[in-house]
Amino acid sequence: MTVLHSAPRYVAAEGLVEALAASLGDKAVSIVEAHGEVIVTLVREQAEAGLRILRDAHEYQQLMEIAGVDYPDRAERFEVVYCLLSVTRNHRLIVKVSTDEATPVPTVTTLWPVAGWLEREVFDMYGVVFAGNLDLRRILTDYGFEGHPFRKDFPLTGYQELRYSNELQRVVYEPVKLAQDLRQFDFMSPWEGADYVLPGDEKAEGGAK
Amino acid sequence: MTGLTLEQSPTTGDEVITNYTINFGPQHPAAHGVLRMVTELDGEIIERVDPHIGLLHRGTEKLIEHKTFLQALPYFDRLDYCSPLGMEHSYVLAVEKLLNLEVPLRAQYLRVLFAELTRICNHMLNIGSHVMDVGAMTPNLWLFEIREDCLNFFERASGARMHSAWFRPGGVARDVPQALLDDLAIWLDHRLPELFEDAMSLVLDNRIFKQRNVDIAVVSKEDALAWGFSGPMIRGSGIAWDIRKAQPYDVYDRVEFDVPVGTSGDCYDRMMVRVEEVRQSAKIMKQCLRDMPQGPVTSEDRKVSPPKRAEMKSSMESLIHHFKLYTEGFHVPAGEVYVATESPKGEFGVYLVSDGGNKPYRCKIRPTAFSHLQAMDFMSKGHMLPDITAILGAMDIVFGECDR
Repeated sequence: MTVLHSAPRYVAAEGLVEALAASLGDKAVSIVEAHGEVIVTLVREQAEAGLRILRDAHEYQQLMEIAGVDYPDRAERFEVVYCLLSVTRNHRLIVKVSTDEATPVPTVTTLWPVAGWLEREVFDMYGVVFAGNLDLRRILTDYGFEGHPFRKDFPLTGYQELRYSNELQRVVYEPVKLAQDLRQFDFMSPWEGADYVLPGDEKAEGGAK
Repeated sequence: MTGLTLEQSPTTGDEVITNYTINFGPQHPAAHGVLRMVTELDGEIIERVDPHIGLLHRGTEKLIEHKTFLQALPYFDRLDYCSPLGMEHSYVLAVEKLLNLEVPLRAQYLRVLFAELTRICNHMLNIGSHVMDVGAMTPNLWLFEIREDCLNFFERASGARMHSAWFRPGGVARDVPQALLDDLAIWLDHRLPELFEDAMSLVLDNRIFKQRNVDIAVVSKEDALAWGFSGPMIRGSGIAWDIRKAQPYDVYDRVEFDVPVGTSGDCYDRMMVRVEEVRQSAKIMKQCLRDMPQGPVTSEDRKVSPPKRAEMKSSMESLIHHFKLYTEGFHVPAGEVYVATESPKGEFGVYLVSDGGNKPYRCKIRPTAFSHLQAMDFMSKGHMLPDITAILGAMDIVFGECDR
């Protein structure tokens, strides 16, 4: 496929995929190239060892980001995605491991100190546990927050809302009360209309007597 | 004072001084937003800093999952509200990379032109507030004059002073009037250098400013790499890494500019890198104005970018395209990309996962401030309490982006 877009241009070194496969061995589940990205999937238990090889033998010095992704249909629903950067070879790499709610992923704070907060964020948002991270507190959500908000089964509106109460002279937490329902437009089939009852339409159903 | 007995040291007989903990923030003028830092002090020496962030967390990434690809764009303005177009740039490039969409050359030049204007605008705020955090008032006021000019240019291009929402997957929302480009050229030749160099002449060799910044929070090259630094922070430590140069996007490979680097990796170097970047940005903008061709400013692919208003009056197909684009939106092929651009503050990345639908399945935003702020603890250890403001100022942190 010819590259038409103008996104950041960098090319993988000749034979990079083969070289990665050779040095990672059975630590890697798969190595694919798609949309111009080289994506390495590692065995979960070998994540730290695999990333160490990538850092030391393949010069991916920087860990730029750890992203969590939730695929509720899969047996192991969470993916933890490490975005690596090599400033000497000028290349980026996406490394993934998958896990579920209960199984911990080995921490990479031993390799990059920056992983501390990045893992805290994935833990906060998805509830993925990182074994060996000594400071796995919540980071972005409120003090005393319950649940993991970026999971696909967590509602967009959340469960709690807070306001300042004049009577109590402090901030109080209450269950979410929406004055108007969150409107979910059915964008995919504008001809068929939305799959909820439009306000006022409920009278049409058996209401006309 | 009855009943108060201080603990006596068993060896010297003196009173034992215990460390005490103070809260820096959550409302502090030098925190540049809502940052709470639990700071443990031994006298005035910092022993430990524990930044508590998330006070501005709005769940942007979750909201984006519930919007179409086009509706998600304005959220990016509201991340780093000091450099809105820099944020949009990463997102539109990520969408274009998944679509493999060609962008007209004029649109690429316009995006680079305004991304660099954003850089100047951002650095004006950061340099000014950094200088003010360490005690100088006047330069900030002078630099705000340049910032005001920048915001006026944004308004003339997009209609909004700050939250432009002007970049689009496939180009930019609308073309700019020629008069705006002419005025920009005059501004770059006269007003910007005069005001900027004037303000900088007050600061750069100033004794107090140097006392507050030189040799404060020195970061080695190894630390800068390990802590995920980017942008002026990594260049301040002496690593000549600039995504615009190394992995050029849009027309950055057609313009000429230098990448300034620091030598000692302290707060003063980080500040000086930004000062030089302003001059280089002006140089890039002049080249853009010189080389920009005429032509369309959005992709001609009608499955992604909407048709012109006039076409819709006479063409049924255009009308259908317009309707489908603004109800259902465009579909992006399934896949995942990580696209990072050199935003004014550093590497701003978007990890975009699409399942082939009209909404992003997952849009992870890689903020620059998140990694930088994490290094606050090791950077400020052993320094004095007032150095915190200098270190924070030289980091250039905005909480809209850090907390998302």
